[in-house]
Amino acid sequence: MSEHNKEAYRPNIHTGSMLDDVKVQSKTLDDIGVEILPVHAGGTIHAKRIPGRFRTLKWIAASFWLLLFFGPYLRWDGRQAVLWDIGSRQFHIFGITVLPQDIWLLAMILLFFALFLAAATAIAGRVWCGFFCFHTVWVDIFTWLEEKLEGKPAKRIKMDAAPFSMQKLKVKLPKHLIWLFIAFMTGFSFVAYFTDAFDLWLRLFYFQLGHYEFAIIAVLTLLTYLIAGFMREQVCMGFCPYSRIQGAMTDTETVLPTYDRDRGEPRGRQRRVKPGEEAEPLGDCIDCRMCVDVCPTGVDIRLGQQFGCITCGLCIDACDEIMTKVNKPKGLIRYAALNEFAGKALPPIWRRPRVVVYSSIMGIAAAALLWGLMNMSAMDVTVLKARAPLFVQMSDGSIQNRYEVKIVNKTNDIMRAEIEVFGHDKILALPDRVAEIVPGNVATVGLLIRIPQESISEVSTPITVRVTDLNNPDTVVKYQSVFHGPG
Amino acid sequence: MTQHNPWPEEGNTGHIWDDDIRELDNPPPLWWMLAFYAGFIFIVFYLIYYPAIPLANSHTKGVAGWTAIEEYKGDFQVLNDWRERTFAAEEEQLRALDVTEIIEDDHLRAYAINTSRVLFTDYCMACHGAEGSGNPNFPILANDDWLWGGSVTNIKNAMVNGLMGNMPARGMMGNLSDEEVVEVAKYSIALSEGNADAEQFNVGRDLYNGKGMCMACHGPAGAPLAPNGSANLANNINRFQGVPDNLQASRLESYIYTIKYGVNVRDGADFLENTRRAEMPSFAERLPDADVNIKRLAVYVHSLGGGQ
Repeated sequence: MSEHNKEAYRPNIHTGSMLDDVKVQSKTLDDIGVEILPVHAGGTIHAKRIPGRFRTLKWIAASFWLLLFFGPYLRWDGRQAVLWDIGSRQFHIFGITVLPQDIWLLAMILLFFALFLAAATAIAGRVWCGFFCFHTVWVDIFTWLEEKLEGKPAKRIKMDAAPFSMQKLKVKLPKHLIWLFIAFMTGFSFVAYFTDAFDLWLRLFYFQLGHYEFAIIAVLTLLTYLIAGFMREQVCMGFCPYSRIQGAMTDTETVLPTYDRDRGEPRGRQRRVKPGEEAEPLGDCIDCRMCVDVCPTGVDIRLGQQFGCITCGLCIDACDEIMTKVNKPKGLIRYAALNEFAGKALPPIWRRPRVVVYSSIMGIAAAALLWGLMNMSAMDVTVLKARAPLFVQMSDGSIQNRYEVKIVNKTNDIMRAEIEVFGHDKILALPDRVAEIVPGNVATVGLLIRIPQESISEVSTPITVRVTDLNNPDTVVKYQSVFHGPG
Repeated sequence: MTQHNPWPEEGNTGHIWDDDIRELDNPPPLWWMLAFYAGFIFIVFYLIYYPAIPLANSHTKGVAGWTAIEEYKGDFQVLNDWRERTFAAEEEQLRALDVTEIIEDDHLRAYAINTSRVLFTDYCMACHGAEGSGNPNFPILANDDWLWGGSVTNIKNAMVNGLMGNMPARGMMGNLSDEEVVEVAKYSIALSEGNADAEQFNVGRDLYNGKGMCMACHGPAGAPLAPNGSANLANNINRFQGVPDNLQASRLESYIYTIKYGVNVRDGADFLENTRRAEMPSFAERLPDADVNIKRLAVYVHSLGGGQ
């Protein structure tokens, strides 16, 4: 690689602006507003589908989403294995039951996956977008059906342009019906995670769905149909924030599907050389536009990194196939980092600051999650101190504070909760009663605490409220509170 | 702005800034215009159907007769109906059972307490303070100093019948002189401070037990023998604070004032001008559905911290 070319691949130039490659002498609105963004603006994209390595990988990744459809029918201990029971405020995930009090675990899960996304993006770009995102997958399935039912892209473009006819309806209708069916199954399966799936089917056939259930299924069906069937890449370009922030999440060490400009340019079709004539000095790119034709978002990867690219690798498949046909080495478009083109070696993954930081946060989130699951207390205790009055004096001269102790039973057995109070040697605790708490329920126990006035010197004395389940004395929860006095 | 227009074909208004920023005259999208016209049609029906146009002293009423307050009342009725349906059993039990039985039942007790908070705020808090924390010269309900008895039945009866104690001015016979009043007041305070046997209180003690006949109601050691409405002088909880025009006045001044002018002292039908006033009115007529509501309030007040 020449010194000049290395300069051209300096990261700040290459990742800079698309304007580098676009002619903007004319300042009409069209030019400055639209064309500098290399997005497809010519109606529906009918991308070619060709087999290849990344195509196969996409199918494997997409099959992950089959879980969505089959998940609700899994059973565990006689009930749905994964059930977000909002009505009774209990979340079942196989053997684990999570009550709202432990919902911070959900925050840890979200944190973990957010950082997982960031780490994956730092290493290999938008692998989520290209392979796992439900939108990508649903569009992929929808367009696959379209090709099966309506034929190759050229045929589809011709038919789209043709006027309406019975023939056209006959070809189009099955596609839309199947799309709608998939869309309905999507909405239905989603709702089935929030209520018993079999029961939901039953009520569907008896027309006894609740208002919310019906509305959510209908809205999700409609949205899936419209978004995956019609909006397609416009969602990635216009709705999804992820395409816009990826520039901040990748760097020159991130491997992305990249066009090897040094090798490819100047692009063009090599003409047959007559004897005596000198061959044109062309690069390996024969400008067949196959990489553009297969792209599901309709971008031209040869313009470089851009927000329209979901890094699905289909252009790599296409280009490799063409390179094989024209007897040139594969990899004109390949997964590579900008630093590789600049002739720098990539540091190992564990030496990249982004990866290290992201993974450490992921590690913390995972550890917190694990700790939370292992130490999930069987009982949840909150002590609420009455604020009016802060304290009162009793006839015997002692100072009394009033509290409410709320005890949540998170087990599946009845609890008998006994309350004791510590923190002062002359403390007298008068709880209402020993509360019997049914599983999943909250008991509120009134608690009066008295301390002789002459033995408290502070305005606020720390106390510890200890709650013990008499049915299972290992279950003990302590709560720190305060006792107020005149000081 | 320039007069020269390099883009005559694009339909701009001719307003051009900084050489190339110009104002175009594009129509809004079709769907937008359709929604705009649909809005016009909609507003016609809206103006006819709903109260809409303000007039000089009134407004158009709309053919449907809809009003916001009626809608609110309807919604509130729905909520009330739901409450009545859902808690019919509890309400039935509150009506049928005595307060002593209600307080024994965990569920009923919790129900009574939870349904009392609003009632307490509406009817009791003005005098007795939030959650019974009391106000100057109005009793604290969160402590255990009950002049009329602190059982839940006592509390219920207080609400049903009302309470009004009575303390004659200047001793039972009304014959204590100003100097004697001061001596009795000093002795009364000493009763609560535990040094009433000291020699300096001899005069006060004699007046308390003798001429003033205070012990008849307040008991020989300052504590009434049974709850009779008299203040318990043996503890540190004062029934009255300060003097009428100065709530910060010392405890001694307060005691002197009370002994001098008495509590609820009448001259015929009228109360004397300077006498201390202390009256708990009967709520049997004031509370809606007093039969049940007094019971639940009694349970609530009993739970505030001093119920016996």
